[in-house]
Amino acid sequence: MRQPRPSRRLVMAGLLACLAGTAVAGWSQPVATSGGGGAQNAPRRIISLVPALTEMLFAIGAGPQVVAVSSYDTYPAEAATRPRVGALLDPDVERVLSLTPDLVAIYGSQSDLRRQLERAAIPVYEYRHAALPDILLTIRDLGRVTGHAAGAEAVAAGIERDLAAVRARVGTRTPLRTVLVFGREPNALRNIYASGGLGFLHDMLVAAGGVNVFADLKQQSVQATTELLLTRAPDVILEVREGPAYSSAQVTQAVADWSRLASVPAVKNGRVHVVSGAGLVVPGPRVAGAVARLARALHPGAFTP
Amino acid sequence: MTTGVRRRMWTVLPLCAAGAVAAVVIAPTVGSTSISLTRAFDTSIPWADNVDAQIFFVARLPRVLAAAVVGATLAASGVVLQALLRNPLATPFTLGVSAGAALGAMIVIAAGLDVGALGVSTVPMASFAGSMGATAIVYWLARSQRRGLSTNVLLLAGVTLNAFFSALIMFVQYLADFTQSFRTLRWLMGDLDVGSYGPLVAAAPFVLLSFAVFAVLPRTLNLLTLGSDVAAARGVDVARAERLAFVSASLATGAAVSLAGPIGFIGIVVPHLVRLLVGADHRVVLPASAFFGAAFLIGCDLVSRTALAPLELPVGIVTAMIGGPFFLWQLVRHS
Repeated sequence: MRQPRPSRRLVMAGLLACLAGTAVAGWSQPVATSGGGGAQNAPRRIISLVPALTEMLFAIGAGPQVVAVSSYDTYPAEAATRPRVGALLDPDVERVLSLTPDLVAIYGSQSDLRRQLERAAIPVYEYRHAALPDILLTIRDLGRVTGHAAGAEAVAAGIERDLAAVRARVGTRTPLRTVLVFGREPNALRNIYASGGLGFLHDMLVAAGGVNVFADLKQQSVQATTELLLTRAPDVILEVREGPAYSSAQVTQAVADWSRLASVPAVKNGRVHVVSGAGLVVPGPRVAGAVARLARALHPGAFTP
Repeated sequence: MTTGVRRRMWTVLPLCAAGAVAAVVIAPTVGSTSISLTRAFDTSIPWADNVDAQIFFVARLPRVLAAAVVGATLAASGVVLQALLRNPLATPFTLGVSAGAALGAMIVIAAGLDVGALGVSTVPMASFAGSMGATAIVYWLARSQRRGLSTNVLLLAGVTLNAFFSALIMFVQYLADFTQSFRTLRWLMGDLDVGSYGPLVAAAPFVLLSFAVFAVLPRTLNLLTLGSDVAAARGVDVARAERLAFVSASLATGAAVSLAGPIGFIGIVVPHLVRLLVGADHRVVLPASAFFGAAFLIGCDLVSRTALAPLELPVGIVTAMIGGPFFLWQLVRHS
């Protein structure tokens, strides 16, 4: 067993790693790389504890360097073959350390894990879900850090191109006042969670040609009561269901649930749409595809030839 | 029956009933948005175009009624259990009913089994099943004593089962997906936004049955609070009375929790407040607590609907904010 002794040199090394870690971490202060390292200094054993980052790493070509992923990772299929080392609330520190990573991508709230990794002098890439432009920043930043700047640039440019294509189609349409619902109790209008005016879901809605009726509520998610929905009277109700795609019977049922709110224009005019499938609410490389699906639901006319 | 109690029954109860009715009538007119009542009740406007009517009848009335039912049920169950256990600290949740209900709801949410069936989500069904399971276990443990139900065993079994179920709840939550964990947590905060009249109709038979039993209990409860020997000497079939009280209170609590989640403090604050105002006779305390509990929870829900408007403050937090300090004050006052 290799138990590091707390010598003064080690403390210094830890401190340095800590500084390096801060430099590497985070899209908020994008820096080229820690210590000016190029592709030859790139990490070769990466562990990702955030599914969105895992997707990005595989998309930019850093997949072969990824040695372990979080317990929630399912995409791409190759990621699912990697060993799992826990997730947001239950990272398995022992397994992480035993895999001798030279970069661990963690979520911003995992401060305990961060401290433990820093003590072990393992560089950390810290990340938090934020807005749509931040996805592109993170992808490019990850490219620099992992030595795949060109791959990352291609992915980011592809997303920008796809988003621009959506914008070109829906940009001329009148934006629709929409509520983006991402969770509620089945068969009931209880515990309805919708996107507030912050975060990537809000940005995705706007990019798809919608106006968020909860734009004034500056938080990522809003628990919407039936009264709030009746008052805000959205023109479109867009229900996004992450997971296996709904059957047409399930879609019919989900749409019928809303008929109780008969005065809401979306219900009156048959503009309740269910968009279901995988990768819809993951702030990663698939985001442009998700935006396109939302845009097709919002403005079907813009996509017919 | 002493004339004093009779007089109080005829003065206090109509007052409490009027208060509860007033709360039911006034609360739906107030909310995060102002609505026009004349428009809401104007039948010449087509339903689909009448926003005010929908806010009144779809968004507010079901939840005010749910608050009334849950408030009345939890307060009355609290009175019954405090008398049964001869313990002023007993609540409807003391005997493991709410922990059982929570465990049922957690399992269904965490396992992703929360499909809709017959227009009602499976979550309330599972929580009701859980509460009945907990009741059955506690009842069976207490009954295996020789002479009727043992209230000591009842109390100990209930408290232990509560702790055990709470541990199981944490285990289920730990295994659950992240978003589901949040949903389970939110369920524990209590929520009266039932969204339709369906859940109310589903809970009604159990609540009505329990209240039918509550109606014949007060005289027995008065005698039981003096001790089971005294009650037996006065001709009360103690074992049968305790059984009735326990089962009806558990049934009512299970129905209330499945409707709105475990909303705390109602079952302890309301009975104590009512006893302060009208004395200890259960013929007055039990119905008065039901009425007062209904009005109290309607009031708390009004705060939860409007305090952070347009956002919602979970109602369990409101009752705790009011109930916790009140209860501590009571404790200090009496010690």
